[in-house]
Amino acid sequence: MKTFRQHSILIFSATVLVLFTAVAIFAPFIAPNDPNYVDLTQKLQPSSKDYPLGTDHLGRCQLSRLLFGARTSLSTAFIVMSITFCISVPIGIFAGYMGGIVDTWFIRICDMLMAFPSFLLSLAFVGMLGPSYGHLILAMVCVQWVFYARFIRGMVLSVKERSFVMAARICGTSPFKIAIKHIVPTILASVIVLLFMDIGGVILSISGLSFLGLGVQPPYAELGMMINDSKPYFRSHPMLMMYPGLIIFLVVISFNVFGESLRQWLQVERRL
Amino acid sequence: MIRFIYKRLLGAIPSIFGLSIITFLLIQLIPGNPVLTYLRVSNIQASEEIVQALRVEMGLDQPLITQYLQWLTNVLHFDFGTSFISKRSVLDEMVLHFLPTLQLTTVAFLLIIVCSIPLGVTSALHKGKWFDRLTQLFAFSSVSLPTFWLGFLLIYFFSVQLDLLPVLGKGSVVHFVLPATTLAIGYIGTYLRLIRASTIEVLEEPFVLYAQARGLKERTIVWRHILKKAASPTLTGLGMSFGNMLGGTIIVENIFAWPGMGQLLVESIVNQDYPMIQACVLLLGIVFFLTNLIVDILCGWLDPRIRLAGDRIK
Repeated sequence: MKTFRQHSILIFSATVLVLFTAVAIFAPFIAPNDPNYVDLTQKLQPSSKDYPLGTDHLGRCQLSRLLFGARTSLSTAFIVMSITFCISVPIGIFAGYMGGIVDTWFIRICDMLMAFPSFLLSLAFVGMLGPSYGHLILAMVCVQWVFYARFIRGMVLSVKERSFVMAARICGTSPFKIAIKHIVPTILASVIVLLFMDIGGVILSISGLSFLGLGVQPPYAELGMMINDSKPYFRSHPMLMMYPGLIIFLVVISFNVFGESLRQWLQVERRL
Repeated sequence: MIRFIYKRLLGAIPSIFGLSIITFLLIQLIPGNPVLTYLRVSNIQASEEIVQALRVEMGLDQPLITQYLQWLTNVLHFDFGTSFISKRSVLDEMVLHFLPTLQLTTVAFLLIIVCSIPLGVTSALHKGKWFDRLTQLFAFSSVSLPTFWLGFLLIYFFSVQLDLLPVLGKGSVVHFVLPATTLAIGYIGTYLRLIRASTIEVLEEPFVLYAQARGLKERTIVWRHILKKAASPTLTGLGMSFGNMLGGTIIVENIFAWPGMGQLLVESIVNQDYPMIQACVLLLGIVFFLTNLIVDILCGWLDPRIRLAGDRIK
């Protein structure tokens, strides 16, 4: 009975996520208007046939901007997570497998980067580099990879001592081949679960930075930036602020629920 | 105990160095020439001689390691330079903005403790019942709420619609209500789940069964036995989030126009006031680090097993 409930939650959240992803991918086909088309004669309109959710302060179609905003947020999070994955897996395995001086220096660098609250550090990176989309991704990756690399290193340390790795070493398998054929498959499930559990937080950070004006830059639509744009109008037009926030909330909670039920399903240890 | 504190303090030295190195290197990230940026921000026409003179004055002609040592010496003397924009001492501005941030974080922190412990313990005691389900739902939602959106929602409902609370700025006690709630809600969800999990774990321990067998009141068991045991993991997490909340206040302060570090930091980023950014990051990093250190020591004090862990191996 309990497993059925868990599975149904997993499947439900996965369905919601697939739906959001599909909307994000096909946004150019679904959107009724050009999200960046400014028409000041149409500003702050209520919903109508042409503009299903009305228009914002520059007369841009709110629904189209929401669709494209979700597209930006999701794709940015996806890019950040992919780069983080590609960087942290080799580094974590390398540090864990080599041990010795490599590992010591790895831990030192991790300690340095983890000595700051992560949002502060990405904010500082963006602040110094100057706000732009590329710098946003760079800053997010710089902060994220440490946690994964360190987690992977810890797992590699224990996998390294398991008998099948020992056997492979005795057979004279090269370290590179051991890493690819034995270590990666063993740790992959845990790493992917972690990625899914964290992606919600990453989306929140991206839209948080964009909200402060330091992430995605205009004219591209992003959900956090849309909330910032609607700030001056939120007494008279509260809906301009409600929709983007609601979408962020739904996307993030789906990822969190999905990650948590995936973790329970695959029985991966919770990270401290 | 003293030995334990001593060891922790010694172990903290590399972290402090790391903190200072990262903060120093941040300046190196500035695209282009910092001298030109300074001149542009100060509205001074750049000529070849001025650029050269400033380069020497700012010590940029020195090798990186000399620059670092010079900067470190200045920082140790509480000399963070002058702001590009206001031309005032960075330290003065920071002191002015640090207190409101500390107040806001402390109030939010107390709110987290007051809300998450009773909720977490109660839902663990009623595991699987409707109250537990409800708090779990709340926990998942609160973690997923974007802070900046939540802030506006609270302003909209409590200030605009109901006209109960003031919106912006900082004055009396009521000004704390909305920002502190906004800051705290996400963490309440996290700690509620943490406390629930560790309480459930403790509930299965034999000493709880023994206490029940002795016929102790449930209240006594919860307060005297369960809470004490479940406190340690919670304390570690809470301490770490006190520092993390300093990062979270950045957004909250910008919503509620709270005159704190977060607002100062974002303002400095927009104005490209690099010395100010650097100093803010350093200060927030140090506070983060210190809270973690204090929590570490507190945990050792609460739980002798942590305190003696290192010694036993020898």
